[in-house]
Amino acid sequence: MSTGDALGRRGLVLAAIVVALIVLVGLRAPVFVTPSSLLGVVTDTSMLFMMVLAQMAVILTRGIDLSVAANLALTGMIVALVSRAMPGIPIPLVILLAVVTGLALGLVNGALIAGVGLPPIVVTLGTLSIYRGLIFVIAGGQWVTSQGMSEAFLAFPKLTVLGLSSLVWVALVVSAGFWLFLARTTAGRGLYAVGGNPVAARFCGIDLTRQQLLVYALSGAVSGLCGYLWVSRYGIAYSDIALGFELTVIAACVIGGVSIGGGVGSVPGALLGALFLGVVVNALPVVNVSPFWQMAISGAVILAAVIVNTRSEQRGGKLILPEARRAGRGGSP
Amino acid sequence: MLASTAKPAPEAPALVVRGLSKRFGGVQALDGVDLTLCAGETMALIGENGAGKSTLVKILTGIHAADAGTVSVFGRPFAARSPRDAWAAGITAIHQETVMFDELSVAENVFMGHMPLTPRGLVDWGTMRAATAELLDRLDADVEPDTPLKRLGVAQKHLVEIARALSHDARIVIMDEPTAALSAREIDDLFRIVGQLKAEGRAVVFISHKFDEIFRVADRWTCLRDGRHVGEGAIADVTEADLVRLMVGRSIDQVFPKQDVPIGDVVLEVEGLSNATEFADVSFSLRRGEILGLYGLVGAGRSEAMQALFGLTRPTRGSVRIDGAAVTIRSPADAVAAGMAYVPEDRQVQGAVLPMGIRENLTLAGIAAGPLARFLSRDRELATTRRFGGRLAVKAATWDQRLRELSGGNQQKVVIAKWLAMEPRILILDEPTKGIDVGSKAAVHAFMSELAAQGLAIVLVSSELPEVLGMSDTVLVMHEGRIVKRLPRAQATPEAVVTAATGGGHA
Repeated sequence: MSTGDALGRRGLVLAAIVVALIVLVGLRAPVFVTPSSLLGVVTDTSMLFMMVLAQMAVILTRGIDLSVAANLALTGMIVALVSRAMPGIPIPLVILLAVVTGLALGLVNGALIAGVGLPPIVVTLGTLSIYRGLIFVIAGGQWVTSQGMSEAFLAFPKLTVLGLSSLVWVALVVSAGFWLFLARTTAGRGLYAVGGNPVAARFCGIDLTRQQLLVYALSGAVSGLCGYLWVSRYGIAYSDIALGFELTVIAACVIGGVSIGGGVGSVPGALLGALFLGVVVNALPVVNVSPFWQMAISGAVILAAVIVNTRSEQRGGKLILPEARRAGRGGSP
Repeated sequence: MLASTAKPAPEAPALVVRGLSKRFGGVQALDGVDLTLCAGETMALIGENGAGKSTLVKILTGIHAADAGTVSVFGRPFAARSPRDAWAAGITAIHQETVMFDELSVAENVFMGHMPLTPRGLVDWGTMRAATAELLDRLDADVEPDTPLKRLGVAQKHLVEIARALSHDARIVIMDEPTAALSAREIDDLFRIVGQLKAEGRAVVFISHKFDEIFRVADRWTCLRDGRHVGEGAIADVTEADLVRLMVGRSIDQVFPKQDVPIGDVVLEVEGLSNATEFADVSFSLRRGEILGLYGLVGAGRSEAMQALFGLTRPTRGSVRIDGAAVTIRSPADAVAAGMAYVPEDRQVQGAVLPMGIRENLTLAGIAAGPLARFLSRDRELATTRRFGGRLAVKAATWDQRLRELSGGNQQKVVIAKWLAMEPRILILDEPTKGIDVGSKAAVHAFMSELAAQGLAIVLVSSELPEVLGMSDTVLVMHEGRIVKRLPRAQATPEAVVTAATGGGHA
């Protein structure tokens, strides 16, 4: 088992819960467990998958990025306005523009946190409001609807390759990238070190400010990418899209075993956390549970996840008593 | 209100402990310990780490309950079930790390838990301030009751803690390594207060690893070893060597092994390292295989200078050369890249990444060097881990076991293995044996000799004179931020070093 790439026992429990949930809903409403319906759930959750991984990278460093949904909405509005002004603009260029815009917005967070040394929660709470406000300013308070967007702009999320939506493909590529980055590169390992023990990381020569710039930029870039996907998928851009989505993202992280205290979290775990929320949101209407219950249920799951986390950390205390040490391990590996 | 009730009862001793035993699982922490403490007397409680001193203190302050044995306080049987019971009986402990409320005022800290109230049940601030001022005045402490605690230095915080003990009208004050973070002058002040407590008829239990302090402040001593009482007597009747023999059960010359190793070329040259407030003109050179001891009283600027050298802080002036070539060190990353490793004082807290596995901890330094992101090689990591983890005999189920799940001793081994895995050429050790028992100290010292023999250049920052004298090829003495003496091993006598460290013997 190794940091970043393994699921662990808790992950398996979560996976079992997700499967059990699908089966239970399937018993009441068999239509839910058809392949096309389940694929629909995954497609619906694809943006959450990406946002959760980016948020996890931030949380690993003991930070938090509350501005992700505002960044998504602002970037979405910018690309929508660009598309309206230049209907002929190629889609790869739109995607690049979205990523770069999101990255720039993320770097603002990074600069204030890493450069000025302000607390992440304060900085991103501030930029959350600023970005939401800017949407209103640049659009003059107007909405951009699908009539204002070019056909190519709207066609991308509806594209299907090998039976999978382009949204799922993008999420797959981004997830694979995050997995490689976090589990297999020095910079990814550095995030775990900085979050696990900042002082120890510093004595080893790991530069916290560089790590912080990196994660907030990444978080911004992913938010920007999702900004285009969101606006093109739902065919609308206005100041309140994805309102409160940052909390869903953070909730999925916590459910997926990412420790808010930093230094703990894996890509498969975070993806499962997002899938869990995706299943809950899509399944409850099928069995006629009101949307208000959805919020209460995800809240209860978050609390349960935190309780499980706290318990496991308490159990994993230091082994000082000799007999506990003998019982705990066999010998030299 | 405070001094009046501190009347010693001359017939009954302040504290009588008989046959006290305490077991934690399979470990007999205390085994039939006896102790007698009279009013107006200071008792030094000595023993290695794990000898049972802390357990005894915790039973006396109501944190643990004893399995067997009796305790009486001024003739009355005592069985504290909570710290509050211990306060009520007049026992207070002052700990090494002060546990207080940084954001609150001095007065609130002193009276936390027993604040004077007005008839309406609100906090009586006037009385509380006045009483605090009176207590601080008795201690000759230059501290205002309204000052937030966070603005005070360590020594002043100790005074506040003593004031808190007096506010409980403590008749037995237990001091657990109270001088660990104090300067020589502050220690003098503390000892003056100990004298004052004695004069008021209070009894003091003084726990310290430092023999010079024990001989200065104590009237009597009691020694514990492996949970047993192994001796007691008047301090005037023993020598330091006697006490060390009792503590460790072996003779003193085994404690500091020294090994002559060939001294090679100059690796590190430091010239005129200065910063505005902490140290000035620190210059020295270091050779392969050499151990350079950096001695000084606490607050002499040793650690500060070494941290600047390692890039943890920015010096205002000074140059560093490695192998004759000038290097610029702006961050620990630069220092690591230049072949330096810094083993900080608190190895577990400042070194162990608990949620990570052994392999990831051991290879941590390797990830800082080079470009921002490179791919990791699991095979190479495992090879490094096997080599260095195996060499330090780290015990674990697998190399990917999380550090959180290891024992404290094994965590320390992993942390030390990590710094060795950097394969540094220059190793800075900051108080490598602070707070560890005499037996483990010898192991650390043997290991240092071994590293020097392999050609490592070592800077040993230490406050322990025998350690510096026993281990160093050259001793540098710092006083008030400057190097005041450079002594080769042959000339480094305790007298010469201490004289220089206290600012004597030079113009």
